[in-house]
Amino acid sequence: MSVPPEGVHSASDETYAKIPPPSKPVVERSQVVIRFAGDSGDGMQVTGSQFTAESALAGNDIATLPDFPAEIRAPAGTIAGVSGFQVNFSSHDIFTPGDEPDVLVAMNPAALKANIGDLAPNGVLIVDKETFTEANLKRAGYDSNPLTDGSLAKYQVFAIEVGKLTTLALRDLGLNNRTVSRCRNFFVLGLVSWLYQRPTERTVEWIKNRFRKVPSVMEANLRAFRAGYNFGETTELFASAYKVPPAKIAPGLYRSITGNSATALGFVAAAVKSGRPLFLGSYPITPASDILHELAAYKNFPIYTFQAEDEIAGVCAAIGAAFGGAIGVSTTSGPGMDLKAEAIGLAVKVELPVVITDIQRAGPSTGMPTKPEQADLLMAMFGRHGESPLPIIAAATPADCFYCAYEAVRIAIKYMTPVILLSDGHLANGAEPWLVPDVSELPPIEVNFRTDPNGFMPYARDEVTLARPWAIPGTPGLEHRIGGLSGEHLTGNVSYSPSNNEMMVRLRARKIAGIAREIPPTEVYGDPAGGELLILAWGSTYGTVREAVDHLRSKGKSVSHVHLRFLNPLPSDLGEILRRFKKVMVAEMNMGQLLKLVRAEYLVDAFGCNKIQGRPFKVSEIVNRAMRALEE
Amino acid sequence: MASALSRKDFVSDQEVRWCPGCGDYAILAQVQKLMPELGVARENVVFISGIGCSSRFPYYMNTYGFHTIHGRAPAFATGLKITRPELDVWVVTGDGDGLSIGGNHLIHVLRRNVDLRILLFNNRIYGLTKGQYSPTSELGKITKSTPFGSVDYPFNPIAVALGAGGSFVARSIDVEQKHLGEVLKRAHNHRGAAFVEILQNCNIFNDGAFNDLTDKAVKADYQLILEHGKPLIFGKNRDRGIRLNGMRAEVVQLGNGVREEDLLVHDETNLIQAFLLASFEPPLPTPIGVFYAVERPTYDASVNKQLQDARERLGEGDLQKLLRSGDTWVVH
Repeated sequence: MSVPPEGVHSASDETYAKIPPPSKPVVERSQVVIRFAGDSGDGMQVTGSQFTAESALAGNDIATLPDFPAEIRAPAGTIAGVSGFQVNFSSHDIFTPGDEPDVLVAMNPAALKANIGDLAPNGVLIVDKETFTEANLKRAGYDSNPLTDGSLAKYQVFAIEVGKLTTLALRDLGLNNRTVSRCRNFFVLGLVSWLYQRPTERTVEWIKNRFRKVPSVMEANLRAFRAGYNFGETTELFASAYKVPPAKIAPGLYRSITGNSATALGFVAAAVKSGRPLFLGSYPITPASDILHELAAYKNFPIYTFQAEDEIAGVCAAIGAAFGGAIGVSTTSGPGMDLKAEAIGLAVKVELPVVITDIQRAGPSTGMPTKPEQADLLMAMFGRHGESPLPIIAAATPADCFYCAYEAVRIAIKYMTPVILLSDGHLANGAEPWLVPDVSELPPIEVNFRTDPNGFMPYARDEVTLARPWAIPGTPGLEHRIGGLSGEHLTGNVSYSPSNNEMMVRLRARKIAGIAREIPPTEVYGDPAGGELLILAWGSTYGTVREAVDHLRSKGKSVSHVHLRFLNPLPSDLGEILRRFKKVMVAEMNMGQLLKLVRAEYLVDAFGCNKIQGRPFKVSEIVNRAMRALEE
Repeated sequence: MASALSRKDFVSDQEVRWCPGCGDYAILAQVQKLMPELGVARENVVFISGIGCSSRFPYYMNTYGFHTIHGRAPAFATGLKITRPELDVWVVTGDGDGLSIGGNHLIHVLRRNVDLRILLFNNRIYGLTKGQYSPTSELGKITKSTPFGSVDYPFNPIAVALGAGGSFVARSIDVEQKHLGEVLKRAHNHRGAAFVEILQNCNIFNDGAFNDLTDKAVKADYQLILEHGKPLIFGKNRDRGIRLNGMRAEVVQLGNGVREEDLLVHDETNLIQAFLLASFEPPLPTPIGVFYAVERPTYDASVNKQLQDARERLGEGDLQKLLRSGDTWVVH
């Protein structure tokens, strides 16, 4: 990885004012990756999120990767039940949650076993020693205790009696064992917060707010948190604490945002800016449900949410709403996309503006619902019967989901077409700091309902965009019928004319192809004039590819990066750009789907860099594949 | 404006292409005739259908219309009605569209009580695909896909609608023009999901399926016309009635000590009685009319009320404030 500049300070130093001055030496680091891992009931997602919030307040750049099992409560103590949360925080720009953690917190043997393979050599390993009982070791599949058998020799191991220390800190509160045990994660968070000198006030506020209705639990968690922090300070286990100075970040108001949250907000923004209500028809599915949850809360905005009886009803209701002049949206993941295909095809034919959001997950079939993949691209392109092209937009980062959702709505309305928005499980649950935009800076979304009955024809088209008019029920004189049967040019009346059918298929295809005019010139990161190797990518691989390219370039390699937001239509300058490079590598979390498209479209002899493990690429994997290509 | 309209105003310029003699013509004529009487502006009327012979219906109505995909019309209509509650939305479906491929949507739209009129044309056969048995075809039915007779137990559409929580459940017959018109008017005046099963003759693939109910010579003996608050009497001479015998219904001959007061009186608000009537099979007569009609909150109104309440309580949503909410910090 490239060496970042050290010690850049730009965030306010006030944020440090409340931290007690450490009595131990503080060593400065530019970047640290921590993974919290425990049983799915151990509160690791909360611990990770709070540590992330503390790090954001400390002014670091951050990227996170939650990793949890599909089962809500897998059997306690088993590998299947291990839940993890990785956070990368840094004093410089970062793009990924990090390849391998520098610090692993393992709350039980199963968490250790599931994660130890990723810990960097000489990495810090913090374990809850008391959980390493014979029964737990057996449940995790250990034959001997790794804490004593020497197998962890290459790490800095800190085996701490978390349970005992937490119990001691809470002993006079009169709480039962279960409640005390559930505070263990805050002890650990306190300890790690001390170790990395995090500002603690956000966590204190969070605990107070979260447990305000149960004062005894609030007090217990606050005490556990403080006890962990003080334990770091006083115990002789740790010789020093670490500090990661703030990153150089553009000034402004930031918030930590996940991809799903950004997607939801993008839709709200589109509704407000277009002046049209937004209707979300959705059926709960991992990892897309959070968008439904979030939008359901914004009832004072013009946002309708409809939890439908199934995936099909969700999208059909959205199309029905679009017929009535609302912005139709449906959110789902792969299995839901399969089910929605017929309705999306209808939306293509009747030309109504809807956005179908696919938070891709590892397939096929039910696959690995909580794990990311990018294997729905060809389905988005071709997964409907008949000739039914539609625009496809893919978000690159969690915050980018906001802009992509907004853009998807804008395109849908301007071109009167369904749009598929692709995100994935990695973006959906991953978070990054987001410089909140000024609402006035967002591009306008114009809605022009047809109202004039004079010369009205439901399938007359705009000369430039080829969009048909949006003529909504309730408008006198525009009564008309639309439907899935082949329709006549201009009138839309049912028609079986062979030549009319071909003309209409070609017209709709031309309309979609014309959306290329909306795509800004493609940014080539690296050598815009051309070079040895271009890495072409899309979606959530953005950060990893960018870091890999930075690394390769720092070694003097001629490697560049193009990241696509529009997958259909492709940017009109892409073919020419690809030809500027001797080699083109397409990096994606599938078997080579964009690769197939660009080979077919541009006759370019590109090759793939692929991973289908339900896990994002590591930077090193991209680097290694690129190095091999450069040497071939 | 609406009052000045006539039947002609609701006839579209498209040639009607059902088979000659199809029962759908009679239903279309009745709906077109009814429309001007309802006092709804034409631009506020929307017909939404799925796939099947019945689902061509919207093309022939000079209103807004949407011919969608197989079985899903209730879902499209739900999305439209939630966002445009002022519209008068009608769903046209059939026994295959509504009870087979679209069964799920039908039960849920009834359960939610979305304010829609749902007309289910039941001809007990698949017509558009040329003659396979449908989910309302009787056991033993010989069709192209059941050459040895159907072993597929049929749905009772009225019982399905009642079971799904329908707040208005009725049945009429394609050729009973006056009755159909009255039932449709009642359906239109209902606030909530109004389900109307219309027995409809497919003269090509299932001709005469409802002969007993439509043949002038015998129909009075087979039809039981439901009227709220009135005793259940039927027969050419209006001399037979329905009497309760424990939990069961029986046909009795009036006279010989059996008086009208002994008969079951129709009560549209009695769900148990509606189920009882729905279960009538020969030798009991076939009830037509409104089985059940109660008012309960409609889904679309409730959804919109939540939004309105939220706006009143919190004020109109402020986008900039929303974006700046959550876990924020300032970098100077």
